Amino acid sequence: MTASRKSMGLHLGVLVVLAALFFILPPYHTGNMARIMVLAIYAMGYNFLFGYTGLLSLGHALFFAAGMYGFGMTVTQLGLPVPVAFAFGILAAAVVSLVIGLLALRTSGVAFMIVTLMFAQAGYLTILYFGEYTRGDEGFVIKQAQRTVAGIDLTSEAGRYGAAFILFAICFLLLARLVQSPFGRTLIAIRENEERTRMLGYDATRLKLQAIVVSGAVSGMGGATYALLFGYVGATFATVQYSIFPLLWVLLGGAGTTVGPLIGVLFMFYLIDISSSYTDAYMLIAGVVLVLLTMFAPQGLAGELRKRVMPWLP
Amino acid sequence: MSNGKTNKSTINRRSALIGMGASVGAMAASGSFGFASAQSVAPIKIGFQKHATGIGAAYGRWYDTTTQAATKRINDMGGINGRPVELVIEDDGTDPKRGAEVVEKFATQHNCDVAFGTLFSHVVFGSAPRAGELKLPYFVVSEGHHVASGKLNRYTLQPGITDVKSQVQSMAPFVGDTLGKKVTMIYPDFAFGHDHRDFFSDAIEAQGGEVVAKIAIPPTETTFTRYFPSIPRETEVVYHVMVGPAVLTFVKELGEFFGPSRPEIFGFIDSLEAVDINSPGLEFLEGTYFWEGNPRHAQADQTSHDKAFRAAVGVDDRGASLADSKDVSTYAHMFGCWETLNIIKRGMEAADYQGPADRSRLIEAVEAMTDMPASDDHPQGPKRFNGKTHQTFGQQYISQVKDGKLVCVHTASIEDGLYEDEVDYTTQSF
Repeated sequence: MTASRKSMGLHLGVLVVLAALFFILPPYHTGNMARIMVLAIYAMGYNFLFGYTGLLSLGHALFFAAGMYGFGMTVTQLGLPVPVAFAFGILAAAVVSLVIGLLALRTSGVAFMIVTLMFAQAGYLTILYFGEYTRGDEGFVIKQAQRTVAGIDLTSEAGRYGAAFILFAICFLLLARLVQSPFGRTLIAIRENEERTRMLGYDATRLKLQAIVVSGAVSGMGGATYALLFGYVGATFATVQYSIFPLLWVLLGGAGTTVGPLIGVLFMFYLIDISSSYTDAYMLIAGVVLVLLTMFAPQGLAGELRKRVMPWLP
Repeated sequence: MSNGKTNKSTINRRSALIGMGASVGAMAASGSFGFASAQSVAPIKIGFQKHATGIGAAYGRWYDTTTQAATKRINDMGGINGRPVELVIEDDGTDPKRGAEVVEKFATQHNCDVAFGTLFSHVVFGSAPRAGELKLPYFVVSEGHHVASGKLNRYTLQPGITDVKSQVQSMAPFVGDTLGKKVTMIYPDFAFGHDHRDFFSDAIEAQGGEVVAKIAIPPTETTFTRYFPSIPRETEVVYHVMVGPAVLTFVKELGEFFGPSRPEIFGFIDSLEAVDINSPGLEFLEGTYFWEGNPRHAQADQTSHDKAFRAAVGVDDRGASLADSKDVSTYAHMFGCWETLNIIKRGMEAADYQGPADRSRLIEAVEAMTDMPASDDHPQGPKRFNGKTHQTFGQQYISQVKDGKLVCVHTASIEDGLYEDEVDYTTQSF
């Protein structure tokens, strides 16, 4: 079997398992899986930039929040239909990431991290500043009636799971396809050796900007999806903490692997959920696990799988 | 009492029978059949959404202490409808995303009958939609205006603590009549501060006063001196509602700026909850005024209800832990947990609550409540619940710092805090 067939089989298999879980798991865990798939969209967006392009951003919460507010404010304050508002959310994140990318790409390495962090912090403060419209730190609720698409109530368990699954599947398959395309391979080349890529005639800056826009748009889609399915929009999602989360998820799951973000979110979610049942110091447990994983599986869970048994893993 | 923890054990039938027999024998011998035996004695499960970590941890710890004490009292009195009350505690990290997850956990994993106890508004906002969708009664102790504003849903109620709009509105007559008509407001530049700005501006104007300057402080600020020159000379009262770790710096710098000749100072005790009023650097507060949801320091006319409440929760006359006098409580807010649990009990009894199928009847029973006189169930004072807006109204207290003690100088009536209904949740279907 060729690597691409194996890859296709793996991705379809993951989707079949995720679809089947809705019918197998008890209600609490199906609710969790819906949330995990939404957060995995965000993680996949982050992974596209960090894992495949080699750009470590500390400001992705801004893109997540841009999608969230782009959707939430247009659906509640302008009364736009959900699909239009959802598209607007993604567009808002894409535009914000384009502007940030144009500025941040004038730097590299640690400076890139700091610049993205600062822009995200500025974005967070902007949300607070325009509290009259955004409701600042408190945020706002999207009513149940505003979360229906084509007669499907997305606040029902089945509606929510189905929507999370479909949107996750679209991102999962499209990104898997993209990273194996010439564009994706060029990004990997930039990650591995940017100077050599430039010498080969590629416009690395333009390609990195495109990667930032794709990454920002997918992250924004994650934010819009969270608002749509869980009915809340708030400035907390623009804080630095929510820029760190996708980095942790991707590092845990395996940077530069298509399944890594899903694995990382799943692992981290249940690590916190279970450990918090035993102790208030659950973040300490999470920290220790992260250190251990960094020591013994530096490429993340999926990364180790690729290294040891699945070299074809995209 | 459960902490959301699961214990693995290996029990065979023989040991189980022996254990059960011994337990029944022991209970019969002690005559301690506290709960009705003719009906189910399965516990009523109350999911307590606790701010154990994150920015709300100081509040969360005292909300926990109060909740545990109230639960013990309810169980000592025979539980609810003859059934014991069991707390299921989950940390929400003072985070709206985790808050929503915790509400889901209460509803679908722990099978809690109700959820309860949230303080921070953004966590309430993040969690309430899921409570509504899961049809889980969600009793918040937040003092935010979110419930009464109509932004949430029929499953979310705030019957045990007043909201910020009511609190601020009821302060205006005292501020305008006693302290001065020209007010400068200093507030954090986010939703909590904006609520104060907007509600107080309207309220003081209604008293014939005016806000002569509104100074918004960015939430990332750590030093404040540069803002104080913006306070107009004509200011008669400085109204401050700063919160967060930099608040001690704020008070200290405000004192250094004004020196001995200062305008009247009025603040919300939220700034100094869990902080000893006699902490070094706070000397400047002597003679200033504070809103208190419940007077931290026992007053000369202390009620027997307040005395019983302090004893049950384990705080002394200065609002500090009996075990550690340096451990100051969040006394102005935590009574809300106590009172809310008693309201849940009363609502469940009125609805003859048996299980989750009766949740809508529980909500209707609470919505039917109106006046609640001061009692051991309501130690902060009398309340008037508005079933349409799901919000309670109550007395507010203004204290002055005198010789390092918070002395109550004014009690605002329930009527001072009433305002027009902004929603009628009873028209929403279950």
